Amino acid sequence: MSETSIGKIVKVAGPVVVAENMVGARMYDVVRVGKEHLIGEIVELHGTRASIQVYEDTVGVGPGEDVVNTGAPLSVELGPGLISSIYDGIQRPLDQLTELQGDYIQRGSEVPGLKRDTKWHFKPTIENGTKVSHGDIIGEVQESTLMLHKIMVPFGVSGTVEGLKEGDYTVEEIIGNVTGDNKSKTELKLMQKWPVRSPRSFKNRLAPHEVLVTGQRVIDTFFPISKGGTACVPGPFGTGKTVVQHQLAKWVDADVVVYVGCGERGNEMTDVLKEFPELLDPHSGEPLMKRVVMFANTSDMPVAAREASVYTGITIAEYFRDMGYSVAIMADSTSRWAEAMREISTRLEEMPAEEGYPAYLGARIASFYERAGRVICQGSPDREGALSIIGAVSPPGGDLSDSVVQATLHVVKVFWSLQGRLAQQRHFPAIDWLTSYSFYKQYLPGCFKDAQQGEEMATMSQEAMNLLEQEAALIEIVRLVGSESISAKDRLALQAAKSIREDYLHQNAFHKIDTFTSVEKQFEMLKAILYFYKQALTAIDNGMETDQLFAMEAWDDIARASYVDEENIAEIAAIRDKIDEQIKAASIA
Amino acid sequence: MLKEYKTVTEIYGPLMLVEGVEDAKYGHIVDIEIADGSIRHGQILQVENDKVLVQIFEGTEGINVNKSTVRFLGKPMELALSPDILGRVFNGIGIPNDNGPDIIAKKKMNINGSPINPYARDFPNEFIQTGISTIDGLNPLVRGQKLPIFSGAGLPHDDIAAQLARQATVLGKGEAFAVVFAAMGITFEAAQFFINDLTETGAIERAVMFINLANDPAIERIATPRMALTAAEYLAFEEDMHVLVVLNDMTNYCEALREISAARKEVPGRRGYPGYLYTDLATLYERAGRIKGKKGSITMVPVLTMPEDDKTHPVPDLTGYITEGQIIMSRPLHRKAVSPPVDVLPSLSRLKDKGIGEGKTREDHADMYNQLYAAYARGKEAQELATILGEAALSAEDQKYMSFANEFEAKYISQGYYENRTVEQTLDLGWQLLSVFEDNELKRIDEELIAKYMPKFRK
Repeated sequence: MSETSIGKIVKVAGPVVVAENMVGARMYDVVRVGKEHLIGEIVELHGTRASIQVYEDTVGVGPGEDVVNTGAPLSVELGPGLISSIYDGIQRPLDQLTELQGDYIQRGSEVPGLKRDTKWHFKPTIENGTKVSHGDIIGEVQESTLMLHKIMVPFGVSGTVEGLKEGDYTVEEIIGNVTGDNKSKTELKLMQKWPVRSPRSFKNRLAPHEVLVTGQRVIDTFFPISKGGTACVPGPFGTGKTVVQHQLAKWVDADVVVYVGCGERGNEMTDVLKEFPELLDPHSGEPLMKRVVMFANTSDMPVAAREASVYTGITIAEYFRDMGYSVAIMADSTSRWAEAMREISTRLEEMPAEEGYPAYLGARIASFYERAGRVICQGSPDREGALSIIGAVSPPGGDLSDSVVQATLHVVKVFWSLQGRLAQQRHFPAIDWLTSYSFYKQYLPGCFKDAQQGEEMATMSQEAMNLLEQEAALIEIVRLVGSESISAKDRLALQAAKSIREDYLHQNAFHKIDTFTSVEKQFEMLKAILYFYKQALTAIDNGMETDQLFAMEAWDDIARASYVDEENIAEIAAIRDKIDEQIKAASIA
Repeated sequence: MLKEYKTVTEIYGPLMLVEGVEDAKYGHIVDIEIADGSIRHGQILQVENDKVLVQIFEGTEGINVNKSTVRFLGKPMELALSPDILGRVFNGIGIPNDNGPDIIAKKKMNINGSPINPYARDFPNEFIQTGISTIDGLNPLVRGQKLPIFSGAGLPHDDIAAQLARQATVLGKGEAFAVVFAAMGITFEAAQFFINDLTETGAIERAVMFINLANDPAIERIATPRMALTAAEYLAFEEDMHVLVVLNDMTNYCEALREISAARKEVPGRRGYPGYLYTDLATLYERAGRIKGKKGSITMVPVLTMPEDDKTHPVPDLTGYITEGQIIMSRPLHRKAVSPPVDVLPSLSRLKDKGIGEGKTREDHADMYNQLYAAYARGKEAQELATILGEAALSAEDQKYMSFANEFEAKYISQGYYENRTVEQTLDLGWQLLSVFEDNELKRIDEELIAKYMPKFRK
């Protein structure tokens, strides 16, 4: 778009710059600030006086310098080339920034989000002369071995498609035209743009009904998240929020994963960058990076870009959803995003609400999570896409009454509460089984191929939870009076609960087998524990001593079950036979 | 073309307002010549039209509204750097403090630094041997890591920080090593302890110090860690040295930040600290690290005192969210005369797995710390139980774990500030302590490793 007007800076305070004479400026227009052309966005307008949040460091900027309005809102480029990329908060590819600027992030560089020189092989999927409207799929590009990139008609375009031809194109080359009813012609390209602060449109929103399998036992069995659902992971530092997020990014059963490192540690992002290309997707055997888009706006990078990174990430996630894929976005951490909002709000001298956060904090958080969902996508062919959001929250001191946690809990349907106490006991993932919750539990049976097995899993999940609750009640008594003074059955319940905690809920993210457990393996593992519990209950009724039961070798087999390969699940099922044998042998003796 | 103004209109707290200024830029520095001819230093916090808000590093005491001259230097705060800074002592804003000559700059660098592109970072995975068992054995430090010491008033964090500065080496490599020490609001005694300690061991030759004492201007402290980190970046990435940065004490730094924020009448976050404290701390801590293709590295050990030993206080809390772990000092252990009194259970090094194992330290390292950790946690529980029920009421197993915990505290944790243990000594000590248990009780250690190492230590 053409540049509308040139304003003059009158005030600079940290990341906020105020400019006058901004004729024709609109809210959220992107502007170029000062001699170095820093990228900024208009966040407040008083007549022609505009407050601008600047995405880059403002040291050395002063009154009198120019502000140029680009006349367009902050937008992302959508098209082939997104997959495997690593971007900063405003979709600048970090690898290209290193080439351009060196090891440190410098100012004023404009690098497009999609590479301009890469040729992609485009294959039309519709005939020329077809009537199309926005959202219709017109062709495909095999972007990576895991990603068949669907090319869609951009928003606001409809008419008859012409000139589509199979061939190799860059994202800017014309692949065809759409002639509208009024004879207006629109050129089609592999790339389209979308403003990040507006949700992409869809036809219909549907309620979620399918579990998003993560391979993490405590999550899948007890607190599952659905395709199109929302979850939050709050916890104090050192409880493994980031490890949980990484585990989900690695193993989640989604077609595309968007990972937003929002105010994260630099070294952690480097770890992800190093590790993900080496890891293989358990579903396809291909490198994980081939389905991942990553954003790294580390905590020392400009705060305004951190604020934007969450929106940039979700817009790209929505774009893949619109192709009919299941997409999961991880935002780590939304507290840093909220803090960025707070910092900008303070500089704008807005009236603060709780803890200095702006009054619109709750609304912003809610509208972010509402961009999740299972939808019927716009356009033809008919297709269904899902976008799940998993947000980490870092409350100060682990205090769940924090404004960000509370605002998040108002909207999310799954809550994984990380406890410092569990982390100190090195129980990982440190998800507290008593306070966490999920509204999607009823869909658990659906992730099994065998419906009966699914139903049984749901029952077992409830039985296991009952044991854990029983344990919580008993443990206080045991601490006071010792385990000798409670009944044999209670002692057995404690033993079973301990086994659930240590052998089932505890999962080693760094062990090559334990890191991912399929639902079928989860089924067998949990079944073994509960089977032992039930058989032992009967044995106690028949007069067997608990010491005898606790000393049985089958417990060791249960403890090792998590390290059994996915191919050898039968070995875990066989534990039940061993339990029978051992109880039988003991009762004869 | 330096511009001078005599148009100071307001002074409040550490801030000064100058009017009628042309061409002032955010973040640039100013010199203020006050009535008695002395010079103060300041930095621009905000510019609005011709009004400039300046924070004065040395404080505003004695500044006069109509007799002060403000010179706008037209550049951000810079530090003059050359290899000659090694062995020198500077004040909190980088002016030589040791009667030595000024530094002839080989390079001038903006003290605010720039964020490292995450893509350009190299992952920290080289083990640093500190000679301290609780760190080497249980919470290994790697090059490029930032590992703070969470301490409290009256705990010996200075001793452990000095021990780290003295003993830290990378195994099997004779590479250039330097220490950058930034003192923020610490006492003369604490600073002198460091200087003496480094002088005695000769380490002062490869050390750079930035000293802002408790009675030095508080606002100066805002610049001090930035000065130190700029010096560290220069030494690491221009002069190929491995730099250990000790920042002592970050709590004082945060208080200075709070003072500025209060004077600007900003909306406070928790406990009066500004809402941007996290971002501000991150811009300091994240300057640690390694860069692909560069030989040097910056490893950072910030020291902070937790008011009332409260880990949820904003300063340790936000620090913990940025750094890669924490070493926590324990008051009960200190009372038991265990030195250094490292509280093993809540301490953590997030990068521990990256720098250890075969080829780096020894194959048994990971299993060893898991086992020690588990056994000590169990022993601690038994210790607590014993204080409630009495030792006699403990089961035989609990007693065994309790006596292990006592031995572990006396021999493994406690080593004094001048014993420098090799990582092999630390690992062997672990085996020796674990030898009170039967092989099948050591569930966290691989059976092969037990077979290989344990026989030597069985009596």
